[in-house]
Order: sequence, then structure tokens, then C-alpha cells
Amino acid sequence: MRLKLVHLSFIAFAAVLSCNDNDDPIIINEEEVITTVTATLTPVGGGTIITLQSRDLDGDGPNDPVITISGNLAPNTTYSGAIEVLNETVTPAENITEEVEEEGDEHQFFFTPTNNVVTVAYADMDINGDPIGIEFTLRTTNASSGNLTVTLIHEPNKNAAGVSSGDITNAGGETDAEATFAIGVQ
Amino acid sequence: MSKKYYLTYVFVCFTYLLIGQNCNLKFTGAVKDFHDGTPIVGATIQIEGLKTYAVTDSKGNFTINNICNSIFTVKVAHVSCEERIIQIDLKKKSLYEIRLEHHIEELNEVTLRSEVDKKTKTSQETVLKGNILARYSALSLGDAIKEIPGVSSINTGNSIVKPVINGLHSSRVLVMTNNVRLQDQEWGIEHAPNIDINSAGSVSLIKGANALEYGGDAIGGVIVVNPTRIFAKDSLFGQTTVNGQSNGRGYGINSSLTKTYDEGWYISGQASYKRSGDFSSPDYILTNTGNESTAFSLFTGRKKLEYGYELYYSYLKNEIAILRSSHIGNVEDLVNGINSQQPIVINPFSYGINAPKQEVTHQIFKGTFYQRFKNFGKLDIQYDYQNNHRFEFDIRVGDDRNTPAINLQLQSHTFKSTLKLDSNSENTYKVGIMVGLQDNFANPSTGVRRLIPDYEKFDFGFFTLGNFKINDDFSLNAGIRYDFNRIDAKKFYQTSRWNERGYNVDFADIIIQDFGTQLLVNPVFDFHNISVSAGIAYSMNDNSSLIFNYGLSNRAPNASELFSDGLHHSAARIELGDLRIQKETSNRISGTYSYKGEKASINIEGFFNHIKDFIYLEPSGVETTIRGSFPVWEHKQINATLFGVDLNMSHYLNHQFTIQNKSSFIKGKDVSSNRALIDIPAFKTVNIIRYKNEKWSNFNAELQSEWVFRQNEFPNNNFEAYIPRTDSFVLVDISTPPLAYHIFNFRSDFDLKIFKENSVNVAFTVNNVLNTSYREYLNRLRYFADELGRNFMIQLKFNY
Repeated sequence: MRLKLVHLSFIAFAAVLSCNDNDDPIIINEEEVITTVTATLTPVGGGTIITLQSRDLDGDGPNDPVITISGNLAPNTTYSGAIEVLNETVTPAENITEEVEEEGDEHQFFFTPTNNVVTVAYADMDINGDPIGIEFTLRTTNASSGNLTVTLIHEPNKNAAGVSSGDITNAGGETDAEATFAIGVQ
Repeated sequence: MSKKYYLTYVFVCFTYLLIGQNCNLKFTGAVKDFHDGTPIVGATIQIEGLKTYAVTDSKGNFTINNICNSIFTVKVAHVSCEERIIQIDLKKKSLYEIRLEHHIEELNEVTLRSEVDKKTKTSQETVLKGNILARYSALSLGDAIKEIPGVSSINTGNSIVKPVINGLHSSRVLVMTNNVRLQDQEWGIEHAPNIDINSAGSVSLIKGANALEYGGDAIGGVIVVNPTRIFAKDSLFGQTTVNGQSNGRGYGINSSLTKTYDEGWYISGQASYKRSGDFSSPDYILTNTGNESTAFSLFTGRKKLEYGYELYYSYLKNEIAILRSSHIGNVEDLVNGINSQQPIVINPFSYGINAPKQEVTHQIFKGTFYQRFKNFGKLDIQYDYQNNHRFEFDIRVGDDRNTPAINLQLQSHTFKSTLKLDSNSENTYKVGIMVGLQDNFANPSTGVRRLIPDYEKFDFGFFTLGNFKINDDFSLNAGIRYDFNRIDAKKFYQTSRWNERGYNVDFADIIIQDFGTQLLVNPVFDFHNISVSAGIAYSMNDNSSLIFNYGLSNRAPNASELFSDGLHHSAARIELGDLRIQKETSNRISGTYSYKGEKASINIEGFFNHIKDFIYLEPSGVETTIRGSFPVWEHKQINATLFGVDLNMSHYLNHQFTIQNKSSFIKGKDVSSNRALIDIPAFKTVNIIRYKNEKWSNFNAELQSEWVFRQNEFPNNNFEAYIPRTDSFVLVDISTPPLAYHIFNFRSDFDLKIFKENSVNVAFTVNNVLNTSYREYLNRLRYFADELGRNFMIQLKFNY
């Protein structure tokens, strides 16, 4: 009998104290999640616009990102490039590019090709005159193939050797997004 | 440095002479030290309800004349004994033989505050007294209990120290503080117990699940933190400790004051503050490793022979910075961190506590009441409320920069009652019940998907224990406990994760609402657990004793093991719980041999623990996200065995010099797949040479050598990761333990007289005297930085 009373009184107690979640919990749609990184490459002087996209709609979930490459790059061409970073878990999609731009001194994109498939140069700068990489130029030479990895680093050391010219080796910081695209030049 | 305590027994032998009726009865006896037969001088024997009392003389004898009734109750007390209530019937029995547990201070400073007594009779229990704990005033509980062989810690940096008992930790180690079971999200490895070591009068550590009174699920063991003891006599006493240390430029102050009255009233308060900036390894500053801690506690009540009550409140706030370089984005960052010989971020010294950091507030409110019944026993009733609020700040961007990534509030209510039947001092029984209710609220304001969901937990338990004295040499102990746990959670799953786990098949009926990409589900799980403990203690002779013990315990899975799902930034891995996890069952046997002589003392403890369905985090594959690829660690159940031997030996060379060795050896195996368990402490041996000289103002000095071997038995969880920068796969070595290390520590202290009565104890300590660079296997940040370098500490302790 005493037990029952105790039991009841405690349930009453808890009901009073935990009124904040007698209801169902509120859904959280993460705002900082990066789901989509799209690089748009526009040939200088006209031609086919090429997009490189990595899209992972479940964020940290089990599904792998989907890589989409709209086509091959043309040889000996200069492309003007722009990156868009989105969070598509929320509707409408949140454009994280703006945040990266606002905090440009704390972010930097790195473009790491293999097999010298392309060369990339920065076309923008932060408040300190260091590159961010939202805008860039990309050049191709002869027909070839290789990988291009686009990495967004948070809090890189932009003063370290090679970092401002695009070498990720000494950048430090943390990886916010990383996507590897298999590029063909023909 | 000795953590040895001297356990002696007092024989209080009463004889009486029946001289006549009508207040002519005479009650005489003697009080002697059981250990060496020397008389105990100054023990008081008081007849309950009367002002009649006697004090033992220089031979330990006492006499009380003019007693009217042949049946009465006496209270026997001595300054270093736990007081004892004895029922006397002069007609029934001619000779009363009563044992009291008696603890003599090793140093000649017999103080009320350092009294301790064991909680159990037949377990592997060690008690750390107040004077040992005071050495760790600037550190933590986890650091202090490593004094005990077989106890180590799993650390996150140097400030988050989580106790490991015989290889087990977190939810498998139960922490009691002031008779309250600490409910502080203890499932997390990076969640250190929220206890201010300065509030502890003594600490008992019980290996294995044999202290059923506290809980049935302590497969690793129980840590019992006791407050300062209160005695019913008129006095006012206090202590203030100030300390400073070179490494981290830390400082701290702790002060306590207790007022007691002979009517049994008392009030006691304690407050402490400590602060430290960035610590240093021998070669570099460990950027963002400072901490700040504020704590106070207050209790008041009345302690009488027949009844007593107490109200208690404690507050603790810890803010702990976590090494900046340990926050990583993906596996490539982890590879860079491991391959770099030093942390990637090294900034100048600062007291700043920046993200990543933890901020935890723990409050305990408790009310207790006890009533003693003549010729029957004692009833204890207790209610406690705990509020644990944990913030974890990650490195975030934009508007969320100062928003915590974790914001959990855990509220626990516990009601418990025990009845101790001790009218027969040979055979005592205890029964108890416990009802607990817990509410966890994961605040959605973080904007980050919840690591631990909202849940309510209901616990109900009851137990019965018996202590039986067979004869002077043998005593037996047995207990059984039943626990019921219900966990009722409301959790969001990503639909993709829900399906990948196969929950859409097994748990389709628990979905409450479908939000498209996320599902809200309501898992409710019930667990029924039986725990059993049995032990036997055999006193071979005056010096030697043996203890054997068996414990069966069951532990229900915790919220993390069931529900965790997400990316762990400091480990660069995805950790997944499993809704299908069942309870784990431990069968542990242990034996202890103990020898205490004039020239030496030896304590050997051995154990074997078989854990069925041991809940274990193990790598199971790799998942790729937009940040890169991550290894996935899943909670699984395996069968495990652990066995080990802990040794503590002292040799008293003469009155001044002592040498001591403390060693612990342990092996852990995953029997299911025949490989080593992860995070098992390596063999450790500590040698100490100690000098003391009372004539030189109680001077003590000791040099300690701490040698930790390399752990050669570990599971190989290394994996290959693609590094785009080099267009290659590299081996990510997360398994290989660091090399063995050998460090020296020095400590000395002496008393400085300032007034007639008061003195200051001055202690000087140097840790890592040779400034050795080393890394410890059981530090989760070992991939990124070395352990602390040389540290000079000075401590002043005022007693008044």
C-alpha cells in the first residue's frame, strides 16, 4: 500500500516537474548541415556550362552522397567557376554560400586535382586579402582525365606555407565538406 | 602517500556483577584494542536515557554503579570508533562481547573528519581517508581513486577523468555521493563524475557488484563518497585549503566550517573554487585545456541516538575546455592529427575556455530521516532530487557560434528506505526499497539533431542483505536484489537510418509520426534484473585474513547504447546504438589475501569476471557523407571475460622509512571473436619510498616511480581511408597503443605551528619530475597530444 502511494506521488511529482515534454518533442531540422556542393563552370568566351555536384540529402545518415557531373570539359579552355553550398534538408533550401562569404576569413575552398587534369586559381578574396574560393578560374590543357577534389575547410591557417595559393597540405582546420569528381577533358 | 588504513577491532567486553535489586546493580567491563590487546583509554559508556556514564581508565576498565533495571541500552563511543548501541540484559547473559570497527589514524593527527568505516565486510573494498583526498584538492575524484591498485581512469585530456575499476567504467561504475546515487549522464566516456572532491570526507571503493544496497548493476564497482562525519558534541571546526600549481597556472581554494551542538544539532557548509588555464606538455602548450569549477554544499540536521534527520544541498558547476586540436572534421583531419607529432593548433597560454568545451551544472537536494527502535533496528528514509544540466559547445559557424550543440537536462527523483535489523550484533539483516523517476529533456534550441532523445525512466528495486558471524574467525554475507527499469523515449530517426537499421521491419509499430525525412518513434523497454552477492571472510590469525566473494549482476542498456546515432566529432566516427540491445549479465568471483604485521603489510586481490552479452562499441564499416568518409562504430553484444590481480605491499624498514609497491595486472578478452577487448589498462607498477619524522614538525616525504607498460593486447580497428589530396589510400592507425612510460613524482609535507592549537600543513608536490613526454593508452585525446609535463604544486591546509 505504501509502495503504491509512493509510486503515485512520484508520478505526480514528475508530471509537475517535467511538463515541458509531456508533449512530443519538436523536430529539429539542422541548419548548418551541408547537403549539396555545386561547382558551376562557365567557359570564358562561350560554350557548354558544366556543373559538378555532390548531394547528400540525409546528411550524416547512411546514404552516400550522389555525385553528378554534367559532362566533359573542353580542352585548352578557361572556365570561370562559382561554388554554391546548400542545405536542402530544410524547405526552402538554405544557401550556406552566403555564410561562408560573410565569414570568408574563416573559410577556404581547396581544389586538388590529380594527374594535373586541371589547374585552378582563386578569383576572390576575404577581408585580409586571402582567397576564399567561392569564385575561381579553372583551366584545362590537352585531353586527359583525373580527379578534382573540392574541400571546404573551416578555420584554415591561411598564413601557412602554400595555403593562399591553394595547397591544402598545411591548412589545418576542419573539413566542412569534401567531394571528389572524376573529370574528363576531351 | 600511503592509502593504507589500519583496521583494528575493539573488543568491548562487558562483565557485570549482580549485587542486588533496587538500583544496586553494577556494570563493569574493559575496552581493549582487538589488534594488539592494548587498553583503549577514554572510551565512553553511556546508559541511554540516563546521564549515567563511565569513561575507561588507563587500563581500559570502567564501572557504572547504582543501576536500577537489568535491561537497558548503552552507547559505547571512542574518538576514533564508530559509536555503537548495545542492548544489555543483565539477567539473560553474563558476558557481552561486542566488536566495534576501529580505525586509527596513521599519522598522529586524529581528527574527526578522517574517520572512515567500511561499507561491506566481505568485498574488495578500499577506503581513502580525508588526508589522502586533500592531496587531490586541485584535481578530481578520478585522479584520487587511482591511488588504489586496480583502479585507473579513461581520460579526455587531463581534466575529464572517468574512473575505471578493473577495466570497466561509465554505466558499469556506480557513484554514490552522500548516499545519493549520482545521475549525471554517466553513460558518456567524456562525462566525468560531477563530484567536488573537496566535499568528500572519505571515499570507499568497492570492486565488483557486491554492494547491492546501492544498486544491482554496478558490474565494475561502486564508489561511495562520504561526507564529513558529524559527532554530537559541542564544537566548531573548519578547514581551509589553498593551492597553486605551475602547469596551467592553476589555483584553488576550499573552505569548510561545521558547528555541532551536544544536543545533536549540526550545520555544516563547504565551498570551493578552482581555475586553471592552458596546461602544457613538456614540449608545447595544450591550447584550450583550462577549466573552472565552482562548488558549494550545505547540510544541517539533528543526530540523536534514537532519531535524526538531515537536509542537504549541493551545487557544482564545471566548465572544461577540450583540446582545440582534437576537434576534427573528417578522417583526413584525423590522419593529419595522428601523423603530426604535435597538436595542429598551438597558441600562447590563456585562461580562456573556448569551444570545444563542456559546461555542466549538477545540483543535489536530499532529505533523510532515521528512527531507531529498541531491540529491533533502524529505519532510514530518504528522498533526493538531482538536476544535471549539460552543455557541450562545438566549434560552430555564424549565428550558432555560441549555441551549444548538446543541451541536456536530466532530472532524477529517488525515494528509498532501508530497515536494518541489528538487535543481534552477530547476525544483522537489512532490507530496502527504492523508487526512482527520471526525466531527460534534450533541448531543441541547439539546432542539432539530438544525440540522446527525450525519455522518462522509471526504476524500482528492493533488496535484502544479511551479515552472519559464524564464529570469531568466520563471517558470511549474502544478499539478493531485484530491479525493474522502464525506459520510455521519444526519438527522431532519419528515415534513411531507420530503414538501414532494419527498424522498419522490427519496430514499425512504434512510429508516432512521419515527417518525411525523419520519423518520430516511441520506444518503451522494460528490464527485469536479479542480482546476487555472497561472500565469506576468514581471519586466519591476528595478522592474516582471506575473503572470497561471488557476485551476479545484470545491467540494463543505457540511453546511449540504445539510442545514440550520429557523428562524434572528437572521434571522427559515426556511433550507432541499437534498439535490440538486451541487458548484460556479469558473474564475478574474487579472492583477497591480506596480511598486516609490524614489519610489513600485503594485500592481494584477484578477480575473474565473465560478462554475457557485454555491450560493446565496435567498428562495423565505413559510411560516406559530404564531409568525407567515416568509420561506423556500432553497439553490439559479445561475451567477454576479464581477470586481474591487484597488489599492494608495504615494508616498514624502521620507524622512518617505508617502501611500498602497488601493481595491477588485467586482461580482457572478447570471447565471441577471440580477440582482446579495447581500452583495457596496461600493466602498471608504482614503487614508493617514504620517509617520515614526527620530530621534524610531522615531516613526510616520498618519491614515487610510476611505470606503465605498453598495452600489447588490443583489437585492431585500423582502417583504410581515401585521401583525395594524395589520391591514395592510407591506413588510419587508431588502434596501436602508445609506448610504455616511466615517470617520477615527489611529494613532501610538514606542519607549521602558528598558534598553540592551530597549525598549517604545507605540502609541496612535483609531478612528472623529469618532464617526460609520454602518451597514455586510456586517454581519448592521445592521438593529438602528449600528457602533461612537469608540474609544481604547493598546498596550504589550515585546520581550525
